[in-house]
Amino acid sequence: MTLSRREALGLTAGFAAFIAFGPKATIAATPETDAAIKAFTGGAMPAEGKVSLDTPEIAENGNTVPVGVSVDSPMTADSYVESVMILADGNPNPAVATFHFTAISGAAEAKTRIRLAKTQNVIAIAKMSDGSTFMDTKEVKVTIGGCGG
Amino acid sequence: MFSRREFLMAATATSALIGSGMAGRWSKLMAQQSLSEDALLSMEPAGNVTLIHITDIHAQLKPIYFREPSINLGIGEVEGKPPHVTGADFLKLYNIEPGSPDAYALTSEDFAALAKSYGKMGGLDRVATVIKRIRSERGADNTLLLDGGDTWQGSYTANQTQGQDMITVMNALQPDAMTGHWEFTYGTDRVQEVIDSLPFAFLGSNIYDNEWDEPAFEPWKMFERGGVKIAVIGQAFPYTPIANPRWMIPGWSFGIREEDIAAHVEAAREDGAELVVLLSHNGFDVDRKLASRVDGIDVILTGHTHDALPEPVIVNNTLVIASGSNGKFVSRLDLDVTGGKVAGYSYRLIPVFSDVITPDADMAGLIDEVRAPYAAELSRTIGRTESLLYRRGNFNGTFDDLICQALLEERDAQIALSPGFRWGTSVLPGQDITVEDLHNACAMTYPAAYRSTMSGQMLKDILEDVGDNLFNPDPYYQQGGDMVRVGGMGYTIDPAKQIGERISGMTLIATGEAIDPAKDYVVAGWASVNEDTEGPAIWDVVEAHLTNNPTVKLPDNQSVKVVV
Repeated sequence: MTLSRREALGLTAGFAAFIAFGPKATIAATPETDAAIKAFTGGAMPAEGKVSLDTPEIAENGNTVPVGVSVDSPMTADSYVESVMILADGNPNPAVATFHFTAISGAAEAKTRIRLAKTQNVIAIAKMSDGSTFMDTKEVKVTIGGCGG
Repeated sequence: MFSRREFLMAATATSALIGSGMAGRWSKLMAQQSLSEDALLSMEPAGNVTLIHITDIHAQLKPIYFREPSINLGIGEVEGKPPHVTGADFLKLYNIEPGSPDAYALTSEDFAALAKSYGKMGGLDRVATVIKRIRSERGADNTLLLDGGDTWQGSYTANQTQGQDMITVMNALQPDAMTGHWEFTYGTDRVQEVIDSLPFAFLGSNIYDNEWDEPAFEPWKMFERGGVKIAVIGQAFPYTPIANPRWMIPGWSFGIREEDIAAHVEAAREDGAELVVLLSHNGFDVDRKLASRVDGIDVILTGHTHDALPEPVIVNNTLVIASGSNGKFVSRLDLDVTGGKVAGYSYRLIPVFSDVITPDADMAGLIDEVRAPYAAELSRTIGRTESLLYRRGNFNGTFDDLICQALLEERDAQIALSPGFRWGTSVLPGQDITVEDLHNACAMTYPAAYRSTMSGQMLKDILEDVGDNLFNPDPYYQQGGDMVRVGGMGYTIDPAKQIGERISGMTLIATGEAIDPAKDYVVAGWASVNEDTEGPAIWDVVEAHLTNNPTVKLPDNQSVKVVV
């Protein structure tokens, strides 16, 4: 239950953000996230489906949260996944990473680790070779922890 | 369902006595005369396979008192559903007579009085008798014994021996597989050393190597019993590195990872499994949700949240079995598996009444042997209680209040925080408090009692955070502990709200003033998951307090107001 100063500061900041945006915003709670998504999709609203995010429900360590993404799509010259962008909704700069693929990638899958200072939505957006976009959203909780049992 | 028929006589007799206000005088001898080992253990056999399940023993080798919760709220879809039913509502739901042996075993109703009638429960020598009888009735070749974990931690002797007392005794019971949670608080090296030496499988489908992101444990194992191929998938507590110190097991990552379970179910079926069992330490609500989302699991033997339910809960054709804690119960599930399907079942949650079930002599000897080096210390009296001391329940129990009182006074703090563990046994009014009793409430590998300052805002954030671990409407975000216990401060909680909005009315009890978010308070607590936490062990703090205040008198806690 003891907290380091850093954790304590993180918490306080997080709490302020909750008041500003609400604790359970579903998608693109921040204008920054919204702008990043629109820049990636060319202004279109991505559809649900095809792309799936693999994240822990609760982060074991907010400093290095494993995030996996995969897209259910053919990978042929005619139809393939061009790129996948990962966003962390609560980060000051929400666009965390963009993975680029070609038909010869074989499969559109990627794994990385990201830092999350507080509970927030992680968003993945896939852009297909025909320009259509798809998204998946998962909430990742970052807790103080320490009282389970 | 073990209750009605078999206990009818005792039930009727006791309830009549309760009605006449004589519950406290109901003699122990009379109560036990109407119970018999045969009545407790006999069961109409069914089918070709028997699963025996025991879980969350928390290192209780000897019979104990354990009061079940009087409050165990369910939020959202699970509101009012088992196990979120307690006390008189529980008795009504399962048609159990008040004052009956089942009522004593399964609820908190009239606990102190009934405890005097029916005696302690559990004891692994009695559990051995139960298991031996089931094996001999059903045939050892038709039976699987599965241990759901939280087995190696929770007592003075377990802590002294790094779980070795339990490991020795459990090995003698010959389980076929186990999974874990508090086991991991002995640290990577010790856990690895023990697992390498176990004569049975330690399964953990959801434990990954942190560096390579690959499975680190044997995920599942195929058994053949009664001519049936049985796949047992192990699921350790998903939030071990969050609820317990991550630094003790830095190389392992956990999580729910339901897609892995689904993949194992599929692989097991492809390998010819006719029965698929999940041996789980997820907690009841997590397993109920998991059963609804992952097809093809015949049985979930659930653990972690310490619920004891006399009937399976059936979700998506999955039998979810909750076998209680502390050795109070052993579950026997007879299954008729034909043509790769469960055609029928018969279930009994066997209450282990320690004065009724004969101890197995070999096991009793072994238990005494492992405890012998510590016998004098275990029985040393350090105080006496006039009130019932217990922990289990969503909010402060009286044993927690004792611990918080000790932290406030011995550590000269304004506010005390004590973790909402679900383990910890009960002490009856009028009993001496022994070293063993105290350690049953706090034996662990990170017992340092810290003293620090926290702002009012941080205190609120902590309460909100832990409250969300308990009351998040999505079970996958729950960690399965109860609310953090608080001393020196009162608060109001509205469990149905969202994180950040549940807690209000935080008040410093000593002065009656509202907690100021910007002000710092001196806080004492224990069981921090952070490395290098400094302070005396919590048991030394409580013992010092008892030395100064040898008689404990604590009414039920009134400082937490729950908005229902």
